[in-house]
Amino acid sequence: MAFISAGYNPDKPMEGRISDIGPRKFDEFYPPVIARNKGKWLYHEIVEPGILMHKAESGEEVYTVRCGGARLVSVTHVREICDIADKFSGGFVRFTTRNNIEFMVESKDEALKLKAELNSRKFAAGSHKFPVGGTGAGITNIVHTQGWVHCHTPATDASGTVKVVMDEVFAEFGAHNMPAPLRISMACCLNMCGAVHCSDIAILGYHRKPPLIDHEYLDNLCEIPLAVAACPTGAIRPSKTEINGKTVNSVAIKNERCMFCGNCYTMCPSLPLSDKEGDGLVIMAGGKISNRISNPKFSKVVVAFIPNEPPRWPTLAKVVRQIVDAYAKDARKYERLGDWAERIGWERFFEKCDLEFTEHLIDDFRDPAYYTWRQTTNFKW
Amino acid sequence: MAKHKTPLLDQLESGPWPSFVSDIKQEAEHRHANPDGIEYQIPVDVCDDLLGLLEMSYEDGETHWKHGGIVGVFGYGGGVIGRYCDQPQKFPGVAHFHTVRVAQPAGKYYSTEYLRKLMDLWDFRGSGLTNMHGATGDLVWLGTTTPQLEEIFWTLTHDLNTDLGGSGSNLRTPASCLGQSRCEYACYDTQSLNYAMTLEYQDELHRPAFPYKFKFKFDGCPNGCVASIARSDFSVIGTWKDDIKIDHDAVMGYVKGEFAPNAGAHSGRDWGKFDIEKEVVALCPTGCMSWDGSKLSIDNKECYRCMHCINTMPRALHIGDERGASIFVGAKAPILDGAQMGSLLVPFVPVEDPYDEVKEVVENLWDWWMEEGKNRERIGETIRRMSFQKMLEVTGIKADPRHVQEPRTNPYIFWKEEDVTGGWERDINEFRKRHQR
Ligand code: HEM
Ligand code: HEM
Ligand code: SF4
Ligand code: SF4
Ligand code: SF4
Ligand code: SF4
Repeated sequence: MAFISAGYNPDKPMEGRISDIGPRKFDEFYPPVIARNKGKWLYHEIVEPGILMHKAESGEEVYTVRCGGARLVSVTHVREICDIADKFSGGFVRFTTRNNIEFMVESKDEALKLKAELNSRKFAAGSHKFPVGGTGAGITNIVHTQGWVHCHTPATDASGTVKVVMDEVFAEFGAHNMPAPLRISMACCLNMCGAVHCSDIAILGYHRKPPLIDHEYLDNLCEIPLAVAACPTGAIRPSKTEINGKTVNSVAIKNERCMFCGNCYTMCPSLPLSDKEGDGLVIMAGGKISNRISNPKFSKVVVAFIPNEPPRWPTLAKVVRQIVDAYAKDARKYERLGDWAERIGWERFFEKCDLEFTEHLIDDFRDPAYYTWRQTTNFKW
Repeated sequence: MAKHKTPLLDQLESGPWPSFVSDIKQEAEHRHANPDGIEYQIPVDVCDDLLGLLEMSYEDGETHWKHGGIVGVFGYGGGVIGRYCDQPQKFPGVAHFHTVRVAQPAGKYYSTEYLRKLMDLWDFRGSGLTNMHGATGDLVWLGTTTPQLEEIFWTLTHDLNTDLGGSGSNLRTPASCLGQSRCEYACYDTQSLNYAMTLEYQDELHRPAFPYKFKFKFDGCPNGCVASIARSDFSVIGTWKDDIKIDHDAVMGYVKGEFAPNAGAHSGRDWGKFDIEKEVVALCPTGCMSWDGSKLSIDNKECYRCMHCINTMPRALHIGDERGASIFVGAKAPILDGAQMGSLLVPFVPVEDPYDEVKEVVENLWDWWMEEGKNRERIGETIRRMSFQKMLEVTGIKADPRHVQEPRTNPYIFWKEEDVTGGWERDINEFRKRHQR
């Protein structure tokens, strides 16, 4: 493993340096049929789950075959995607916002062949590599964050919980049997890198224990003022502590003020907060992004805590199933999950989903809380 | 033979959905076999060690990553996220495991030629594990060592004509929907605006000068496929001002059942015969449509362009021709004062190359936020702290009823002295001439 330089010279970092060039220009990578008809599309049709047909003014058609996949993919896997694109779609491929993969071909025949090909490819242990679906009124792929694979503040794993939930709703991924699209998102701590707060169903990692304080090392490893400033709720203050008869500079934390965000840990490695029993999941529901029929809205917390149960998180899968089934059975055509919950009333939502309502679900965080309490006699028994 | 036993992770290889565990194992084997004779620049067993470390997290229910400190490439304040594991003796392959964010092409189209070159570089100089794509939109490359960073950057910029993405308190990698390239609903060229804004603001993207992160996202229409209204500080959403175009023959086609409603999105269930009255007219939130049994009419002045009717009958109804976009400002995740959606700032802006009207709004906002924003304060929080009125003032935009869902319910208006006839300075003695003490 000898070090091979690409040309960079550490003694003269500016020599031959190229910077600030941005991404490659998007239109270098248009399949020809896309380049020819851009801006002149007339309408589209979902031929069957996973296959879209767009018709252009010119009369040309493009068939898009969409398949799901893990967001975490290896170069070997991406090369396999390239092989498929070379064989079927003229060497072009695109990815969607929700981590799906799209291949575009020019006839329905080719699309059907490609769908069969994609559905036939499996990993050695048996799971699909490229399951076709993710269109229409179904459940598409989950957008998510890093979790235990690659972050320092997660309260759960992202890839594992996503895998488990997608296994659970696999049939719905490949079908159009929901009343409207159902979007699931996952973020592994309350920072919500994935911004899951407007999803039909959101899965969120949550800590419930304040940071531990590694007094002995804290002053050596951290800038105390930075750790203090990092706390959004002002729970941390500088303090002195006795360790082995010696007075050391450290911090003190007002535990009842902590909202378990982990920002202090980002600034100071002597304040870890992960904990097997403390950490777990929050489930939120009823958010949406689209302006269709009703305004975009936030997801609401409907389950305050589900413990981490790696590797297969059975309670999580069960709760998602309960919500999906109750919604699918009861909502009207075109009605998003949040619109359904508002029409029947949240009291009915908990009943139909067979979820327990607990005091944790009543907002008590700052000003907006009051606006979520009920100020009317219009409620149901 | 696997380097570490992973009985818990192995249970994530079952079930139909693609297993990331199987994929990492496949990559681990590939690296050991090394069929192309690559001189790997980071440990060959990096994938094995990642699985081993992850298995440990599955046992412990706790992460084994530490925050990375400052690593990056010369002259850039973002694009690399430092990452070290807390079990380097057991898992030396992932002792140093930094993330590289690579700028993605707008709309995420790739040629396989380009994608293969990207993969070759990451195979050679990194873990061979990626995210296609990260939540912000960029290509995320998971795991390499510090000495590789400049080399990766060199090859990216010299051979692949590609830059790093953003991280830290700066402009983050912007993202857009695929827009006009394949969507009949797109009211402007989202990819082109995305690209132009990304190039224009390279300095803001690479060199942190902001109080906190700032995100642009571009949706072509109110359907919002990149979720800009929830996920970006500056959200541009396509819209139009004139009439929805109606093809009356195609409407009849839907009524007669020749075309599936909503482009076939509901094909998996028997919802009964399509009923235009019930499924379109009655669900129109503004009640501006009518159907007399043979003809559909829209009172376009009252339509607020929610897209429902167009989504339901895409062959028959088409977006108008006087197109542009609305701009929303200040969306953010809940931390700290609760989640915020973007609030409407500019109801209509023309979106045409070179996009000066859009850039002007951004630059006015930045000037203000860089001056007034507190450390780690998103612009949405600055607006709440300083007021919506202040944002109107700094952007030179006139108040409009479209700015609010409803007018305020309290009368506590902070009048400015210059707004009140005669100002605030008065003479108490003059007052006392009219009123005894
Ligand atoms: C103080 C709060 C936050 C901290 C300390 C933080 C920290 C981080 C870290 C360390 C990562 C990199 C994970 C990795 O790949 O190693 C990350 C990723 C990211 N963050 Fe944050 N974050 C914070 C808040 C937010 C918020 C509020 C948002 C969005 C509104 C956000 C959006 C993102 C996104 C989109 C990514 C990429 C995630 C992915 O694709 O997996 N972050 N953040
Ligand atoms: C600094 C704040 C306030 C002060 C100093 C104040 C003072 C007063 C006074 C002196 C009166 C009696 C007037 C009279 O004798 O005719 C009054 C009446 C009243 N105030 Fe306030 N008030 C304040 C805030 C509020 C607020 C916040 C509300 C409601 C949200 C409110 C609602 C009322 C009502 C409903 C009346 C009765 C009016 C009537 O019957 O005609 N006040 N207030
Ligand atoms: S959501 Fe939290 S834990 Fe997950 S990647 Fe983002 S900062 Fe890390
Ligand atoms: S976890 Fe967050 S709220 Fe709790 S002490 Fe640390 S910074 Fe403060
Ligand atoms: S946001 Fe609108 S224009 Fe963009 S892809 Fe989605 S439906 Fe099409
Ligand atoms: S776009 Fe929405 S508001 Fe406008 S006519 Fe159609 S359904 Fe009604």
